[in-house]
Order: sequence, then structure tokens, then C-alpha cells
Amino acid sequence: MSNEATLHSQQEVMHGAHDHHDHEHHHEDNFISKYVFSMDHKMIAKQFLITGIVWAIIGAFFSVLFRLQLGFPDATFPWLESILGHWAKGGRISAEAYYALVTMHGTILVFFVLTAGLSGTFSNLLIPLQVGARDMASPFMNCLSYWFFFLASLVMMASLFVQTGPASGGWTMYPPLSALGDASIGSKIGVDLWLTSMALFVVSQLLGGLNYISTILNMRTKGMSMTKMPLTIWSFFFTAVLGVLSFPVLLSGFILLLMDRHAGTSFYLSDIFIAGKALANEGGSAILYQHLFWFLGHPEVYIIILPAMGMVSEVLAVNSRKPIFGYLAMVGSLFAICILAFLVWAHHMFVTGLNPFLGAFFVLLTLLIAVPSAIKVFNWITTIWKGNIHFTPASLFSIGFVSTFISGGLTGIWLGNSSIDIHLHDTYFVIAHFHIVMGVSAFFGMFAGIYHWFPKMYGRFMNNTLGYIHFWVTLVGAYLIFWPMHYEGMAGMPRRYFDYTNWASFNQFGPLNYFISIVVIIVFATQLLFVFNFFYSIFKGRKMTTMNPWKATSLEWTTPIHAGHGNWPGEIPEVHRWAYDYSKDGRDFIPQTEPIGPNEATH
Amino acid sequence: MNTMTLEQRKKIHPHKYSLWIAMGSITMMFIGFTSAYVVKRSQANWLAFELPHIFWLSTAVILLSSLTIHLALKQFKERNMRNYKRLITITAILGVAFAVCQWIGFVQLKNVGLPLNGPVSASFIYVIVGVHMLHVLGGVVALLVMFARAYRTRVRTYSAVPIEVAATYWHFVDVLWIYLLIFLSIAR
Repeated sequence: MSNEATLHSQQEVMHGAHDHHDHEHHHEDNFISKYVFSMDHKMIAKQFLITGIVWAIIGAFFSVLFRLQLGFPDATFPWLESILGHWAKGGRISAEAYYALVTMHGTILVFFVLTAGLSGTFSNLLIPLQVGARDMASPFMNCLSYWFFFLASLVMMASLFVQTGPASGGWTMYPPLSALGDASIGSKIGVDLWLTSMALFVVSQLLGGLNYISTILNMRTKGMSMTKMPLTIWSFFFTAVLGVLSFPVLLSGFILLLMDRHAGTSFYLSDIFIAGKALANEGGSAILYQHLFWFLGHPEVYIIILPAMGMVSEVLAVNSRKPIFGYLAMVGSLFAICILAFLVWAHHMFVTGLNPFLGAFFVLLTLLIAVPSAIKVFNWITTIWKGNIHFTPASLFSIGFVSTFISGGLTGIWLGNSSIDIHLHDTYFVIAHFHIVMGVSAFFGMFAGIYHWFPKMYGRFMNNTLGYIHFWVTLVGAYLIFWPMHYEGMAGMPRRYFDYTNWASFNQFGPLNYFISIVVIIVFATQLLFVFNFFYSIFKGRKMTTMNPWKATSLEWTTPIHAGHGNWPGEIPEVHRWAYDYSKDGRDFIPQTEPIGPNEATH
Repeated sequence: MNTMTLEQRKKIHPHKYSLWIAMGSITMMFIGFTSAYVVKRSQANWLAFELPHIFWLSTAVILLSSLTIHLALKQFKERNMRNYKRLITITAILGVAFAVCQWIGFVQLKNVGLPLNGPVSASFIYVIVGVHMLHVLGGVVALLVMFARAYRTRVRTYSAVPIEVAATYWHFVDVLWIYLLIFLSIAR
């Protein structure tokens, strides 16, 4: 009876205007409604993932291009001229092209890959499957969310091909460089397209985030109390909360920036001279933009890392056949990170003339983040401790995540201190820190998720051998690329420079930069191997023969191998226990759908 | 078993829930604007001036429209479809009238020598009021969709959820405007 009520209310949501209560889906699936404007959360997840992969290849390729400049400042590569044209005259990247490449590398990786590609993919795929819902709260909004992302992608892609090039003032788009078209060649239409694209992107994130939150809070199946949810769902929940509360503030910042560019306002501009000529703008403050930007910008790094944390928790528990250690502590630390994320933005601005007294508070709050982070790391390690570890590519990437999260997190303690930051800010130390803790770690979490849930997405497995090669080369490569950058940064080598050869203090790093660039090329090639593995396995991978290949407890593995829209052919299963009953009472695992036995203790 | 069924029914509809989160999100956006405003105000060269008087008229208009949409919802629930259609039409017209009032306010500001590209304090008024106006117009579009739905003859809808969502949103932009008006009047 009660189950029926749940089913019907969800059915109504799923079909909107349609008014039938059958459990099977009855859409006439044509190509457009099934693969293009699909409202099935599983298909939308795949759309996000594949768009993200395309962007990842482009963004990573840009990093290879600018590493060529940094590693081989005197060499010429004639093939560069054939792909970049006048941006690489004589086979050497121009300074303008270099700035455009680093700006686009940052924008693409932070927003289009690690935000949309990561949380977009896995929130969509896993939320309805793991909480036991037939689809998202609003499948139509979910579909819109993807297509807004697609539009944002088109605009950003178009900006790569305009005559004056894409935005090139750094991914943070600080004014006045970004606010004045005359400031540089990369401040012209490229910035307008960048802002348009990002506005569309914010809309996409908000539509997605609303859905994730209301699905998690409203559409859980019977028995799925909040504390029975897998940690993945908790992490997607906090990610969505962060996004919904911080992206709108970024949008306000962008709107003011657009007004400064085109309506002659002076929100961010004051006393500026261009080519010896004074501008009329009076009374603005460039620092205001930084406040608005970093109020999103800092939560953004948690938007990137939290989904990875959730998936790693799940993958580690499944693959070490042990319950997650400290479930409630994990949830609590996610919550603490979510709160602290909004209170630390000014640590990006220690050297902007911020009042040092105020800075002290931001130092304290920043260092406090170490506490929940350390709790999580401790729990991951104790989860695999004495476990019966299955070293699948997914579990290796999860362990790799823990490793990079520790080594990158520790340098965060350095940078979080405002006094040390005076020396280290804007050096390669910062590059090394955030690439390891946020870039590499989030990618590892994403790879873990892809290898682990690929069978759920496509009904086939990815190739393990290629997966192992992918993991080891990427892990070793990531450390070889970013570890040396700590030394460069401690020596004071600034980031964002085009050429260091005429700078006597940093000449000593020439061979090191050369080495880093070589490793970058190898690691990039290995990622292409992963992309090959991904697409090859969609069509030719080993077929899945059982519904639950990893012997996991959570609900997504109770759906058929090729689940239709609606996920479960019959009723949605009822949940009786948490998601981590592994190696309990002499049994390898107990699915969440199994009732608690008469003599059994709940966790 | 019966209590369980009731409990499930009492759960808030997911679309309404999404709306509440969306309202939180929109609020964050205006918090962004108003805190930028507060930060700028504390700096030098802040020019204070009086808001255009027509903003009080627009306040009356939007308050009235809140009343009409509330009545529309009531009429819908009583299935008085004629009155319902009439009331949402009036609400939509009031929404447009509100936007027109705001626009006149902009013109008045410009005429007293406070154009968009003038002092920062004036620029803020244009941006904050303008973005709010866009949100009201978004509500008008939603009402037009409702209107088209009400005239459909083939499919009849009995679910009050869409109109409830629209009404809640409408009250929200109303309250948001009151907040902005008070904020902009006090923090000059």
C-alpha cells in the first residue's frame, strides 16, 4: 500500500502530463528522444561524461602546447604553425597565444571538465539509482541542464576561433584586464564570449543542482533514511548545495563586469591609463570583483573535490570488502567542509592589501579545513586497513586519490598561512599545490568512478590491462610533473610567465622544465589510451553477465543490466539497511534490500 | 500502513521543493549584489541620492499583483476556470506594468543626471533593479504558459501544482522587491 503511493507519486513526476501508472516506460523511443533530447538521467549522465571527455582532451592538449614553450623555449615546431596559424609564427607560440592557452586550460578543466563532466555525470547517474528513484525530480530540467551546458560549450568553443583569440587574462578573469577591450588582444570579443558562455554554464549548474537536491531530499525509496544513503549521495548533495549557493554570486560578479565592459559603468574601474590616455572611469574597485569571484571560486574547488571524495569512499569500501570506517564522521566532515568553504575565500587575496588582522581570521578558518580533511583521509586508510583488497583499476585510482589528496593537502597548510603566502603566492608552488590536491585528485576520483560504474552505464567492462597502464603512468607522471614545481615555487619562480630564459635567477630550472614537459607529453598520451579504452569498451568491451559484478550492496546494482527509463522494471525495492554491510556475520556482503534478520544487529 | 501512506502524501512535491531551492539561489545572487553595494558604499566618492518616486507606485502594483495571483490560485482550486483565467491575465498585465514603472524610474534617474554610466551608486540601482525586473518578467512568461494551458481543450489539468509554483514564485519576487526597496532606501 505505502509502496504504491510512493511509486505513483514518482510516476507522476516522471511522466509529467502523461497520466498513466504503468511501471514500464511507454515512450516511443526514437533516436532524438532517446539519444539527443533524452530525459533519462542515465543518458544525460553519459552526455555529460562524453562532452566532458572531449573538453578534457582539448584542455589537456592546451597544457601540452604551453609546456612545449616552457620546456623548449628556444626550439621551433613547424607543425605548431600549421595548427595555430599566426599564433605560432615560425613554429614558436606567441606570448598572446601562450596566455590564451593557459587561460583556456584553466577555464576548461575547472568548469567544463571537473564541474560539469564530474558532478554532472555522476550526480545524474547515481542519485536516482542509489536513492531508489525512477528519475530526477524534474527530468525536463535535467535535460535543460545538459543543453545549457552544451550551449555554453559551443560559445566557449567558438571563442577559440575568433580573430582576436579567446579570453586570455587568466581563468579568474580579473578586471581591469578583462574589463577593458583595449587592455590586450585577449580582452576583446574573447572575454564577451567567455562571460556569455559562463553565464550559460551557471544556469546549467543551477538547473542541475536544484534537481540533485530535491531528488535526494524528496524521492528516496521507502526505508532509505538519510543515514542509510551511500556516501556518494551525501557528497553529491553537499556539492549541489555549494553550487546552488555560490554560482549565483559569481553570476552577479559577471553581470557587473559585463556592464563595465559595455555600459560604461565603473564598478571595478578607477583611475586607469591606457597607452598614456586617462579613462573616464572613476570610483570603482578591482578588489570588489575578487571578493565576488572567490566567494564562488573557493566553494568551486570543493564542488570539484567532494564528488571525487564520495566516489572514492564507495569504491574503497566495495573493493576492500569492509564497511566504510566512520560513516557519520565522513558525513560530518563533508558538512564541515561545506560550511567552511564559504568562510575562507579571502585566503586567495592575502596580498591584495587585505587587512592583516582580518587575514588572521581567514588563516584560522583555512587551517580548520585540515581537520575534516584529515578525518576523511584517516577513515579511507582505516577502511582499506586489513581489508581483502581487490586491486581493480577503480580501487587503484581511489588509493591514488588518497595519496595525492594527502600530498597536495599538506602544501595547503603552507599556503593557508598568510605570512608564508607572501613569499609563495603566484609562484609555481601554488600551481603544484592546486594541481595535485584538486586537479589530479579530482581526476583520480573521476577515473575511479568511470572504471567502477562503466558496467552500469554501458553493460560492458573496460579493459583492465589498459586500466593498469593508465593508472601507473598517470600516478607516477603526476608526481613527476608537479613535485618539482614545489622547488621552483620555493625559489620564487612566478607563474603565468611566457619565457624565463633571460631571467638569471631561474635559468637553473631550464633542464627541470624540459623534464616536466617530456613527462607531460607521456602522461597526455596515456590519457588518450584511456579515451581509446573508454570508447572501444562501449562497443567491444567484455559483456556484463551478472547484475552485480562488484558484489556491492547499493541499489544501483539491483537494476537490470540495460535498465530502461524508470530503472526498475517492477516496483522500486525497499531498503532495510545501510549501504556498507560488507563481511558481516560471516557473509561477504548483504544488499541494502535484504531485511534485517531476527538475531542481527544493525550497524 | 495507513499512516505510512499519509506520510508519503504529506511530502512536499518535488517541483515545489526545487522552487524553494531556486529561490534560495536567486536570493544568493541578490546578496551578492547588495553586499557589493555595501562594500562600495563604505569607500570614498559615494554619491547619495533619492530613489525615483515611481518606485513606490511600482511597489503598489506588485503588491496588488500578489493579491490577484493569490485569488487566481483560490479560483483554480474551486475550478472557477473563467475567473481563474481572468485573474492570471490581470496578474500578468500587472507584472508588465511593474516593469514599465521600473523603466520609467530609469528614465527619471537619467533625466536628473544619473545615467547608467554615471556615479557607481546610480549604476548599482540600474543593475539591481534591472536584474530584479528580469526575474519579474520571467514570472510573466510562466503566467503566459499557464494561460495557454488553461485554454487547451484537448488536455485538461486538475493538478494545482504548476499554479502553486507560479504563485509562490510571484510572491517571492514581490518580497524580494520590498527587500530591495527598503535596502536601497536605507543604505544610500
